Amino acid sequence: MMRTVTYLILLAIGLLLPHFVYPVLLMKILCFAIFACAFNLLLGFSGLLSFGHAAFFGGAAYIAGYLIKNLELPTIIGILGGVLFTALLGWLVGLLAIRRQGIYFAMVTLALAQMIYFICLEAPITGGEDGMQGIPRGNLFGLSLQSDLTLYYVVLAGFIFAFLLIYRTIHSPFGQVLKAIRENEPRAISLGYDVSKYKLLAFVLSASISGFAGILKMLVFNFATLTDVHWHMSGDVVLMTIFGGIGTILGPVVGSTIIIGLEDQLADSAGDMVTVIMGAIFVVCVLIFRKGIVGESVALYQRMLGRKNLT
Amino acid sequence: MTKYKKSTLKSIVVASLLALGVQQSAQAQISDNVVKIGVLTDMSGPYSDFSGKGSITATQMAITDFENKYHPKFKIEMVTADHQDKADITSNKAREWFDREHVDMITDLVSSIAGLSAMKVAKEKNKIVIITGAGSSKITNEGCNDVTVHYVYDTYATGQGTAKAVVKQGGKTWFFLTADYVFGHSLENDATKAIKAAGGQVLGSVSHPFPSRDLSSYLLKAQASGAQIVGLANAGDDTINSIKQAAEFGITPKQHLAALLIFISDVHSVGLKQTQGMYLTTGFYWDRTPESRAFSKRYFEKMHKMPSMNQAGVYSAVMHYLEAVQSTGSDDTKTVMTQMKKTPINDFYAQNGHIREDGRMVYDMYLAQVKKPSESKYPWDYYNILATIPASEAFQPLSESTCPLVKK
Repeated sequence: MMRTVTYLILLAIGLLLPHFVYPVLLMKILCFAIFACAFNLLLGFSGLLSFGHAAFFGGAAYIAGYLIKNLELPTIIGILGGVLFTALLGWLVGLLAIRRQGIYFAMVTLALAQMIYFICLEAPITGGEDGMQGIPRGNLFGLSLQSDLTLYYVVLAGFIFAFLLIYRTIHSPFGQVLKAIRENEPRAISLGYDVSKYKLLAFVLSASISGFAGILKMLVFNFATLTDVHWHMSGDVVLMTIFGGIGTILGPVVGSTIIIGLEDQLADSAGDMVTVIMGAIFVVCVLIFRKGIVGESVALYQRMLGRKNLT
Repeated sequence: MTKYKKSTLKSIVVASLLALGVQQSAQAQISDNVVKIGVLTDMSGPYSDFSGKGSITATQMAITDFENKYHPKFKIEMVTADHQDKADITSNKAREWFDREHVDMITDLVSSIAGLSAMKVAKEKNKIVIITGAGSSKITNEGCNDVTVHYVYDTYATGQGTAKAVVKQGGKTWFFLTADYVFGHSLENDATKAIKAAGGQVLGSVSHPFPSRDLSSYLLKAQASGAQIVGLANAGDDTINSIKQAAEFGITPKQHLAALLIFISDVHSVGLKQTQGMYLTTGFYWDRTPESRAFSKRYFEKMHKMPSMNQAGVYSAVMHYLEAVQSTGSDDTKTVMTQMKKTPINDFYAQNGHIREDGRMVYDMYLAQVKKPSESKYPWDYYNILATIPASEAFQPLSESTCPLVKK
């Protein structure tokens, strides 16, 4: 009950917010929130630290941009095509990467993502350093996306869809198996689960949703650039997830809101110092809030409840 | 019935008159009585030396001078940000400035990536951009639009002017070292055309990532090519590194370097010893006329450096924009653009200048040669001006333009 009320309040805030805050900023936050949630599905609930998620985020943006701009296909085909592409790419990368664990898994994903980065830099259709620019937003279900406010509600709907999908996945038997693998992989194997299959499916799912986030961001800003496929982007999403709280449902949303919001606020006043400030925040977070903001808050809340029950 | 008709008619007339009045007053008005100028520049990257803080200072000087001269009724404000030479950051910032901060005009825009991205946003939001820092000739060709002015230089002007002069001096065979993005490639293309037209030959080219600290492998390729001239189709720190590293590898003085775009700030940081004798094309040299000296000395007091052609150009561009706003009494994009294109530009910076229909500001450019250390008598005494390239020859002729705005 309590949980439903919280989510309804959040939904109401989401619907009203663009009238008070710059919608483009909100859309950016939502796109990164989807990205971080997708990443959290892998890191938080399956225990796989991928360091190459930018390849899915940016790769999908380029593919969708190509479909919409160069082939002049409708926006919806661009979105579906981009997601399909990342699902395939995720399957390929996953197939190779899940054979290894821990740091080796991270390195394999990073290496493959760098290959995608290089393709985006050199391929004739991507525009190299200039990126793919001037991609039209087009129409979705007969709705023109030209106005920022309309697009905001589309992005919000996309976010809710992705969020529910992840929520459902985590709370399904499939999600329980993923958690079992995270906690103790040999035991999961001994119980008869085909661990590789579960990991691969989680990887493909996470990659596809990341791609979806990348496509939405591309639609918001009308371009896909190398920044989206650069390994910094893979690092940013790790930061957002850890900052908000690994393995919590709302953590990545909080993390991306704070980090993107801070970047926006600091961009003018702090200039070069932004990265230093971000670094300092990250250090504080790792030292003091080991579970991230949401993780610590939940822990605090539970401690308080526990004490109350005792007295 | 007739009465009803009459009153309807009357209200239609009144309504249309009202609408007309509203429209007119909207045209002859300045939104919230503030003209806001955004300086979007490279504050920390490879191009910050010839733009960055200096461009902001120049903009501030232009605003102050304008206020002292005209005592305008409107307020002028300035906002600044670092575009980090990236497309997405530029686009975001430009969009935000136009949407949230009600910026009327954005200037500087130092890399071609930044310039081209900002132009697209400006077109969408119907606001003005005056590009001074970026040089790609794409800006006034296939990428052109009616809200953009390309003020200071482009790759056609500097690449062509310099390449022609070098071929004339006997540098017939060329090899290019090109920054791997739109600016570098346009510079290479424009120079190649000029070299071929002058009877020279291009043996090959190699692209290096932008920005690059270590250019050794690319320079060795240039050395192996055996070309007389190594053409540097890059800018800022990349050019500085190329010149320094070419000397370390012994490429110079056996082969000669030709920097297709070099600013006085680059010459200052490399030093005359390694740059002496280089030809370059520039729109501005501080020590050329009494007016340019007067401006540059005022600038020097603030920045302790002489202005580059870009920094001086920003001042001139902002002044030209503000004068157009003053004389039309409006900050409406179309009105101001028409006025700016109508008015010729003759100031300490530009001679015989005017803005063409493709957005290109054409004016007299100068062919210069870097002095020998022994010839340099006082600080910043770096160039000999060899020739004036008249406005009509310095820039790409309209007949060759691929800009759809040009009526042929």
